[in-house]
Amino acid sequence: MAAVHLTKADFDDKIKVGISLVDFWAEWCGPCKMAAPVIDGLADEYAGKVVVAKLDVDAEPEIAQKFGVMSIPTVILFKDGAELARQVGFAGKQGYLDLLKKVIQ
Amino acid sequence: MTIYDVIIIGSGPAGLTAGIYTSRANLKTLMVAGSKWGGQLMLTEGVENFPGFPEGIQGPELMTSMRKQAEKHGVEIVDEDMVRIEMGDRPYRTNTTNRSYRSRAIIIATGAATQWLNVPGEQELIGRGVSSCAPCDAPFFKGKRVIVVGGGDAAMEEALVLTKFADEVTIVHRRSEFRASQIMQERVKNNSKIKIKWNTEISEIVGKEKIEKVKFKDGTEMEADGVFVAIGHKPASKIFEGKIDLDEKDYIKRQGQKYLTMSNVEGVFVAGDVHDYRYRQAITAAGYGCEAALDVERWLSENGTA
Repeated sequence: MAAVHLTKADFDDKIKVGISLVDFWAEWCGPCKMAAPVIDGLADEYAGKVVVAKLDVDAEPEIAQKFGVMSIPTVILFKDGAELARQVGFAGKQGYLDLLKKVIQ
Repeated sequence: MTIYDVIIIGSGPAGLTAGIYTSRANLKTLMVAGSKWGGQLMLTEGVENFPGFPEGIQGPELMTSMRKQAEKHGVEIVDEDMVRIEMGDRPYRTNTTNRSYRSRAIIIATGAATQWLNVPGEQELIGRGVSSCAPCDAPFFKGKRVIVVGGGDAAMEEALVLTKFADEVTIVHRRSEFRASQIMQERVKNNSKIKIKWNTEISEIVGKEKIEKVKFKDGTEMEADGVFVAIGHKPASKIFEGKIDLDEKDYIKRQGQKYLTMSNVEGVFVAGDVHDYRYRQAITAAGYGCEAALDVERWLSENGTA
């Protein structure tokens, strides 16, 4: 199962409860292409525990702007809708696991 | 434990070219590609000076093709980060974040990483206006004012990419002339959106959630929404410190007599930007990778049973 794609219609709703990891990306971004399979892998590994999602910053510029995302890939960790931490630039699987470790063992 | 003939550390043009050559020479080859595989070209937009692509090619596309070519010829690739090498007994033992490997020879092709300005505000604002990758981040600066720091080809390219989106691009350079190639300098000077501030250095980047302004060493200030840093790279040689001879700027020294690409350690070879401070091109890195691979092949045939 790949990560779900969020839009402004469902963004707030999807991340409202529990832990979410959102990958801000765009088609034209090279490093985002490295991140994509890693994010999809995490979506599988953490299915049922963490909402692993992607947000296309071209399709949804308002959301990118709301979170001050000016560089991609940026992956933001949310808990009950509030930002806890973020990773700017492709960090490899380990980088994203380190983010998740802040909230789950 | 499998003993590889050669382990290649790094997966940019130097490492992948080396892998294509060693695998085609029937050497059992492992590439420790790093979690951020592909090197600097993954952060580049159009590459116009790599022979064979008359229309140019996107950096990530070029690297993906090189990787496929290396894999096709039998290079085993792991996207792990190398953390430690042991230069005692042969075959050499190397350790990544995940596990340990052994090989008769090693090619170090770890490349170079972005050199930041190291001024107050910079690290805090990375991803919030401070960037080292215009092709990645330029679209966020539509209609905005940005600064590019540097005077080489990379800085020229960043500035030109940014003009497609930003209203105003200012190149800030600490000298009174660029060292970029003539063709890139011409393009920059002919672009009406680009202004140049010579003999100027940034002392601070000011802002909280986003950049508000930058301060210069001469006491003046300038409002800006983005700062793109392109002042060069430093060699990724940290894990080799104390084990292999580095020069005063931390580049690994090639010092073989019979095998020109060998470091001071027998059987450990070096290729690409981690040793090359002079040329630093995709094509020269590929060339060095080829040289190192040919040296490894020859060295193994003479010393390889260890």
